[in-house]
Amino acid sequence: MATIDAKGVYYRQLNKQIKDLVAQGNDEIVLNNVNGHRYIGDGLDSNVKLIINGTPGNDMAAFTNGVEIIVNGNGQDGIANTMNDGKLVIRGHAGDALGYSMRGGEIYVKGRVGYRVGIHMKGYKDKQPTIIVGGTAGDFFGEYMAGGRLILLGLEREEGKSIIGNHVAVGMHGGVIYVRGEVEAYKVGLEVEVLPIDEADREELKEYLADYCKEFDLDLSEVMNAQFSKLIPVSSRPYGNMYAY
Amino acid sequence: MSLNYNNPEFVIERDQDKCIECRVCARQCANEAHFYDEDLERMREEDINCVNCHRCVTLCPTNALVIKEYPLEYKKNSNWTGGMISNIQKQANTGGILLTGMGNPTDKKIYWDHILLNASQVTNPSIDPLREPMELKTILGRKPDKVEFDEEGKVKDLPPQLELETPIMFGAMSFGSISINACKSLAQAANEMGMMYNTGEGGLHEDLYPYKDRTIVQVASGRFGVHQEYLNAGAAIEIKIGQGAKPGIGGHLPGEKVGEEVSKTRMIPKGTDAISPAPHHDIYSIEDLRQLIYALKEATNYEKPVSVKIAAVHNVAAIASGIASAGADIIAIDGYRGGTGAAPTMIRDNVGIPIELALAAVDSRLREQSLRNKVSLVVSGSIRNSADIVKAVALGADAVYVASAALIALGCHMCQKCYTGKCNWGIATQNPELVKRLNPEIGVERVKNLIEGWSHEIKEILGGMGINALESLRGNRLMLRGIDLTEKELEILGIKHAGE
Repeated sequence: MATIDAKGVYYRQLNKQIKDLVAQGNDEIVLNNVNGHRYIGDGLDSNVKLIINGTPGNDMAAFTNGVEIIVNGNGQDGIANTMNDGKLVIRGHAGDALGYSMRGGEIYVKGRVGYRVGIHMKGYKDKQPTIIVGGTAGDFFGEYMAGGRLILLGLEREEGKSIIGNHVAVGMHGGVIYVRGEVEAYKVGLEVEVLPIDEADREELKEYLADYCKEFDLDLSEVMNAQFSKLIPVSSRPYGNMYAY
Repeated sequence: MSLNYNNPEFVIERDQDKCIECRVCARQCANEAHFYDEDLERMREEDINCVNCHRCVTLCPTNALVIKEYPLEYKKNSNWTGGMISNIQKQANTGGILLTGMGNPTDKKIYWDHILLNASQVTNPSIDPLREPMELKTILGRKPDKVEFDEEGKVKDLPPQLELETPIMFGAMSFGSISINACKSLAQAANEMGMMYNTGEGGLHEDLYPYKDRTIVQVASGRFGVHQEYLNAGAAIEIKIGQGAKPGIGGHLPGEKVGEEVSKTRMIPKGTDAISPAPHHDIYSIEDLRQLIYALKEATNYEKPVSVKIAAVHNVAAIASGIASAGADIIAIDGYRGGTGAAPTMIRDNVGIPIELALAAVDSRLREQSLRNKVSLVVSGSIRNSADIVKAVALGADAVYVASAALIALGCHMCQKCYTGKCNWGIATQNPELVKRLNPEIGVERVKNLIEGWSHEIKEILGGMGINALESLRGNRLMLRGIDLTEKELEILGIKHAGE
């Protein structure tokens, strides 16, 4: 295990240090005093585990493949942009455009997330990414979603605070979204069907949530003890008949 | 089904005396415009299916076929032309968006044709490129503000550069929009000619990895087939913001074209639509663009130049200035005549500005702001011949992207029906029966021949000007004169009128 003190280090040097340590064969690196450093873990093709103490900056884990990152703090915007595989655990909140075009791996966020989370998430064969959010989400959750799973729990919500923003899953053409509670029809894109979950869905959800609950020390049966909504696309080709030849 | 009010666009004329009923035309036509009539015992035609791609005309062994415009005369009307009327009928039939392929064909001014090149007479001698060395080598990438050398005599801290033997690259065309045989032809030609080709936004097919040193990999809003191996494979990375044929709108590869191979390369399920959103949803400002540029640089250890491709639009100079400041190494600008596999007709024909004006405006702006050395400029949309390239370089371009011209070399006859997936020339199709009509070995030779011919012509033109290196022509607008242009046009182009 290696440790880096990020205090006063420019992001470019910090990321170079991380890459050098990975190249030397370190399989666990602790980053202390991280404070807005951008691009941490970008392009890493490795199973290294990064433990970040502090607040990493934008575009963390972009274009990565296989990295495990634990953030003991909040995450910012653009986390896991086009991530191919890996596991991110964020113990605080996360910002906008989390998991844009993510293709594989898992992201667990303990708290809230911003706008456009899980946008254009993809799935291909055995690669089916999962994002689980413990708190609430902003507008355009799952916009253009093409594959994978988005799970929104809305736990520890303030009284009267909505679990999800507007324009949910507009342009969705693949994948599935589970929301713990109800999603008002006016918030959902035209391309989406909202269904109650059945027993099979419940079993599947339990499977995904078991690891999440373990990670954040939550009671799985309590989390499961609620009505969930399931959002799926009406068609894998929402814009198939748009054109005049 | 109500009556279809539309008439055929073309009429197939068959000389029955010459026709030997060999049925080549019927077998070759994916649009089913030819068929054998068992009762009449002769070949017949379904004119309304004909797209005038000339496949049958070219392959007819007895030259029995001629395709003509359908001689349907609407009452003369300069406002309500036949094209306008038939478009309305198509939309009245379907309620859809008019779709088209290839570049803007409308009758608007082509500035290249109003720009004339200079040549030497008496005072400085012209150069004969057949006997004297002539340099077309082009190096793309961010150039340092000052040059410092290390102990070995190498330039210190030189940002990554792309080296081209000629100022031409093949523009972005995805595997999906064009066939694997078309991709292979371009990739191998680029490899052998010391050029670059561009993957477009469809990922990199495994058969194309051997040409990786000559590959520019594109990252667009849909991020199809983008992963670490893909980014590492490219010699450069291009962020696609826009395309000249459809500025401001996204891409949409229909599910019919997403077969096994396209699905594997794009990493999306078979038969689903590949939708590229209109914007990158992580880019809402120049600062956000900078973030993606640097995320890609970080992901590839600052070893590859990052290009940003935009469509030429009204504020192109200000946008390009922002892109240069955001850290891009190359800016690619695609003019409003740029090609496409599919675009809404109204957008293709009405949105964007000519590349000639955009290029001049951008080059001038970057110079004014002392940013010109920080980026290379690549232009496209459309480059039709070597003279267009020379004019582009003199206006300030470092290199050009050609795409339509390369496809024409492969056999494209500009029927503009790429979006149907029925390309009889095996180019814009994923139908295996059609794809195999394009032999990549022949394709490579044809494309190489075109680039060789053009490169030779560029040398001839340069020699005529008394210039022996393309570098000496870059941004040298004194070598250009305008003809039939207004004061304003000359001012924007930064050139004098012929005779001045």
